[in-house]
Amino acid sequence: MTATAETTAGSRGAQPPVPDGAVTVTVKIRRFNPEFDDEPRWDSFDIPALPSDRVLNLLHHIKWYVDGTLTFRRSCAHGICGSDAMRINGVNRLACKVLLKDLLQKGDKQTTITIEPIKGLPVHKDLLVDMEPFFEAFRAVKPYLVTYGNEPTRERIQSVADRERFDDTTKCILCACCTTSCPVYWTEGSYFGPAAIVNAHRFIFDSRDEGAEERLDILNDIDGVWRCRTTFNCTDACPRGIQVTKAIQEVKRALLFKRV
Amino acid sequence: MSLALDKPRSPKRPAARRGNGELYSWLFMRLSGLLLVVLVLGHLFIMNILDGGVHKINFGFVAGRWASPFWQFWDLAMLWLAQIHGGNGVRTVINDYARKDSTRFWLKMLLYVSMVLIIALGTFVIFTFDPNISN
Repeated sequence: MTATAETTAGSRGAQPPVPDGAVTVTVKIRRFNPEFDDEPRWDSFDIPALPSDRVLNLLHHIKWYVDGTLTFRRSCAHGICGSDAMRINGVNRLACKVLLKDLLQKGDKQTTITIEPIKGLPVHKDLLVDMEPFFEAFRAVKPYLVTYGNEPTRERIQSVADRERFDDTTKCILCACCTTSCPVYWTEGSYFGPAAIVNAHRFIFDSRDEGAEERLDILNDIDGVWRCRTTFNCTDACPRGIQVTKAIQEVKRALLFKRV
Repeated sequence: MSLALDKPRSPKRPAARRGNGELYSWLFMRLSGLLLVVLVLGHLFIMNILDGGVHKINFGFVAGRWASPFWQFWDLAMLWLAQIHGGNGVRTVINDYARKDSTRFWLKMLLYVSMVLIIALGTFVIFTFDPNISN
């Protein structure tokens, strides 16, 4: 193990026996402890892992058996909750969805995996960021059903074709992979970001919703869809495979032709 | 039972409250870009390839071209579109990359002043060009 000044024991005591077929990989983590550090620093850990492990398993191994002070978010650990978004080898991914075998170097070369917090949001500690600016943009686009007039006595009926129009954007899990991969979001904090636009898209193109104009109006602002440079970072980052850039372009088209 | 009659006849899509400035600037970039492809490539072709290319360009050649309102308009359109298209592009770059509001403001002021100066100077030359100045 690479010993550092503050290295403490893991939270679960002694390391378990190394399983057969394990390879030793170097996990390089960008860390920041607001109580001690003025600047973020890099910490490296050499740990045994199986090719079938996920990156999240490596982080667990470090936290449980090597350095219990390592801080990161995770909840379901199965790609559903969207808690463990991080920058893995320079791209935004969910740590629970990246397998080690896809990151291993060929031959006998030592594998180094670089893990950083997602960019563009304030870092609280290590890989833990303040998600509030992200959720603020999300709330700003009214991500809920807006209707006027009398409520129907029965359910609001929708055709299969109408449901299909916004099917892709219903998949969002609000992990912030897309928004924090966007170069415009990094440098200009007031851009709504891809995730907010995706969630606006989910209601703008819903035939049951009547708030399309309100949301389009919000996204027509200087911090809205026109800041998008179609770099496709968001589409590449999305762990749910949402065509994020396409959704943003559909919102632009709706604004341009005043037609949803 | 509650009666939801607060907005019984509200239009489904009320008129936009905010300006459409960003929409128009985005649209302008696409349309002016298309026009500039024709104008600039045409300009480069005439100036650098046709009839001996760049060596034929002298005072007389320019004077001859600008005697025709067509070429005057061509160059004028190219000047205005290129300046506003390029200026708008640099404006978005400044918006994206300037970190402080004061930096953003002064960079944009510098940009706008330079755009106005170059457009004004170029327009002035195209309209007041005197082919007999050498006499």
